[in-house]
Amino acid sequence: MVDLQVRSSQRAGMNIHYWKTDKFKTVTFLLMAKAPLNERTLTVRALIPSILQSGTKNYSNRKQLRRKLDDMYGAILTGDVQKKGEQHVLSFRMEIASERFLTGQQPLLKEALSLFKEVVFEPRLEDGAFAKAIVEQEKRALSQRIAAIYDDKMRYANVRITEEMFKGEAFSLPAYGRVSDLDTLDEQAIYQAYERMVTEDRFDLYIIGAYDENELTRSIEELFTQNRQPKAEGQAAAKSPVHITEKLVTENQKVKQGKLHIGFRTHTTFGDEDYEAMQVANGIFGGFPSSKLFRNVREKESLAYYAASRLESHKGVLMVMAGIEFNKFERAVAIIKEQAEAMKTGEFDEETIEQTKAMLINQMLEAIDTPRGFVELSYHEMVAGTTYPIGERIEALKKVTKTDIVNAANKWELDTIYFLKGESE
Amino acid sequence: MKPLKFKQLEETLYYEQLDNGLDVYILPKPGFHKTFATFTTKYGSIDNHFVPLGQTEPVKVPDGIAHFLEHKMFESEEGDVFHTFGKQGAQANAFTSFTRTAYLFSSTSNVNQNVETLLDFVQHPYFTDETVEKEKGIIGQEITMYDDDPDWRAYFGTIENMYSSHPVKIDIAGTIPSISKITKEDLYTCYETFYHPSNMLLFIVGSVDVNEMMQLVRANQSKKEFADPKPIERHVKPEGTPVDRAEHVVAMPVHTPKVFVGFKESNPTRQGEELLKYELSLNVLLDLMFGPSSEAYEAMYEAGIINETFAFDYTAEYGFGFSIIGGDSTKPEELKEKIIETIAAFKQRPLAKEEADRAIKKKIGAFLRSLNSPENIANEFTRYAFNGMNLFDVVPVLESLEASDLETVLHHHFKSEYRTVATVKDEDMS
Repeated sequence: MVDLQVRSSQRAGMNIHYWKTDKFKTVTFLLMAKAPLNERTLTVRALIPSILQSGTKNYSNRKQLRRKLDDMYGAILTGDVQKKGEQHVLSFRMEIASERFLTGQQPLLKEALSLFKEVVFEPRLEDGAFAKAIVEQEKRALSQRIAAIYDDKMRYANVRITEEMFKGEAFSLPAYGRVSDLDTLDEQAIYQAYERMVTEDRFDLYIIGAYDENELTRSIEELFTQNRQPKAEGQAAAKSPVHITEKLVTENQKVKQGKLHIGFRTHTTFGDEDYEAMQVANGIFGGFPSSKLFRNVREKESLAYYAASRLESHKGVLMVMAGIEFNKFERAVAIIKEQAEAMKTGEFDEETIEQTKAMLINQMLEAIDTPRGFVELSYHEMVAGTTYPIGERIEALKKVTKTDIVNAANKWELDTIYFLKGESE
Repeated sequence: MKPLKFKQLEETLYYEQLDNGLDVYILPKPGFHKTFATFTTKYGSIDNHFVPLGQTEPVKVPDGIAHFLEHKMFESEEGDVFHTFGKQGAQANAFTSFTRTAYLFSSTSNVNQNVETLLDFVQHPYFTDETVEKEKGIIGQEITMYDDDPDWRAYFGTIENMYSSHPVKIDIAGTIPSISKITKEDLYTCYETFYHPSNMLLFIVGSVDVNEMMQLVRANQSKKEFADPKPIERHVKPEGTPVDRAEHVVAMPVHTPKVFVGFKESNPTRQGEELLKYELSLNVLLDLMFGPSSEAYEAMYEAGIINETFAFDYTAEYGFGFSIIGGDSTKPEELKEKIIETIAAFKQRPLAKEEADRAIKKKIGAFLRSLNSPENIANEFTRYAFNGMNLFDVVPVLESLEASDLETVLHHHFKSEYRTVATVKDEDMS
């Protein structure tokens, strides 16, 4: 049922995952670079993806690099930084049109792979470090990116509850860093962090699309000759504390809609025996438009436009989110707590279980229909340091029983309620 | 079914128009797990003034009603349609734009059943006074959510500046006072008028058997009765006059101001091939002037006037059209000036062929990439069809573009009386 012929091998200290498929009209390279989330390296690492996109050995500024990409039928190059549990993951993606759909028959694949390698391994340097002007530009851009979160209230509320809920744990750190660190970082310090990243991070390179295997293998052998020495990997995240007490945090701003976020500890992470049961529990609770939260908070009482929950798979967090009127806070919290309790006492039927499993499986299969979705699913294994392929996960989902779900839900502990509301209230 | 082959893209699209007027398109995508279907009516937020089916006098309906109707369609006597889709392992959704209301699902199993559910629920309205009242609370929260969204406010602020009477200036969801007036009778009036199969398009893309799927659709439709198709009399007039106001500031508590420079289309009635060529030219041109590889982008980025939120977009439908350029900026005045200057500079010198070719090539690549996404194919194809165009003509038309086409559009679209600037900033902070 699951069409996934993925081959993995090692080369130059990198794990390379090949998925040759005719499904897509493009070829995608996606490199994930992972190191433990750490206060010291947080902001400096967050700068790296954008600095690397600002110039390479042969294309000395953004414009030249972008023109080169345009010439390659508008190849896409993006960089990103995210958190997977307590791991800090940088990613670099390039996507090019598959040669067979182009009339010009330009040898795009090798050219693109070579440029991709150049972006990551051969940045533009000045006096053995990054160029000062670029560093200043990217520090400014990052500081604006961080400031922009304040203007997006849903994201802001999510950042704030994460800070409050995980005080003292690495997970409280924001993936994109902190403005206050930026002044302490110069081009030398950033370059050193970059060097550590290219030598010591775990690198997973995914190559997805319709390509000629021989040609690709030759190019890889030719291009990737770095002497990497990846460091031994740590665990995905520290365990949650044993004793949890419920906290309430409220904040006032000039907003029109209240943002209610509620964080539960689930004590289950990817690869745990009850991981699939936890996913089903979340699905029944707030993962889909047919779930308890959607029906009870939105449909029954018209309290919200959105009311949902989602899981962080490596840290073991269940986060509930709803946008409500300020004076509906008590009511919304009461309903959410009631519904969590209903999960624990098993107030759901077999039909709901089967439906939720079908939706979860549907979601996974749909993800495999896009290169990024596939990597997103597959990379869980690399973060958790397990071998747990997608096909097996689907089979495990099918076997989840009501008892498993009730047991999983009984591990939920409400940790923090966060409410952002208007100033006049 | 009629096959339409697009050889270079290795795609075959199948088409049939049913007796009741419904246009059905099926695009098989072997290798995909997912099937994605959209069932779309040519009815959006701008359709607020029309002659109801079976009547002779035009009526005006409350703002936000198309979107309200979209929400209410998911309810039936038996309850919520999300639940039915859920049981069948599908994810369902819907959206309302200025000119369209689309209902959709995606699923990797029970595809036939899901297609039936999609057709059945959209063709079965069920509204009661009570459920209409309840929805007002939910949509009220949706409207409030967008009120707190500075990007949405900046976008609508720009459109409001441009138009004096065209309903495109009204927020798609309406306002809390406007939706409070909506009754179930209004919903039925709009439904009966705009949800006739002859005003709708079904697009199914995924790993489906074309003949079997088509038979299912035919059988489903032949079981239902519809009035004879009649053209819909819409009373919304195209608006191509200069902008209503050239500048406006929206005050909101944001850390970073936002600036959008907009250009209103002066001839918003192009359709078919003419529109296709025009909008592709304009998109290529915008990329040449403001794309990440442009001189202007580099200069603005280096000077700290823009960041990666800077973007541009062109929208065209029958009756209205506009381009919007801008993003977050800590130096809003400088961004505005630089956008205006860049356009002026382009008007003064001929376009370099080499640069035009590069921008065209880039668009071809972007188009191929967009064909990876079933959602994108279905949504875009429908918009194209409603404007008399074919999505699969994009590559040949792009290949045929010349620098002179871009220049024509440059001088036509970017005129100063058609320009407006909307800024979002926190007045307390400045």
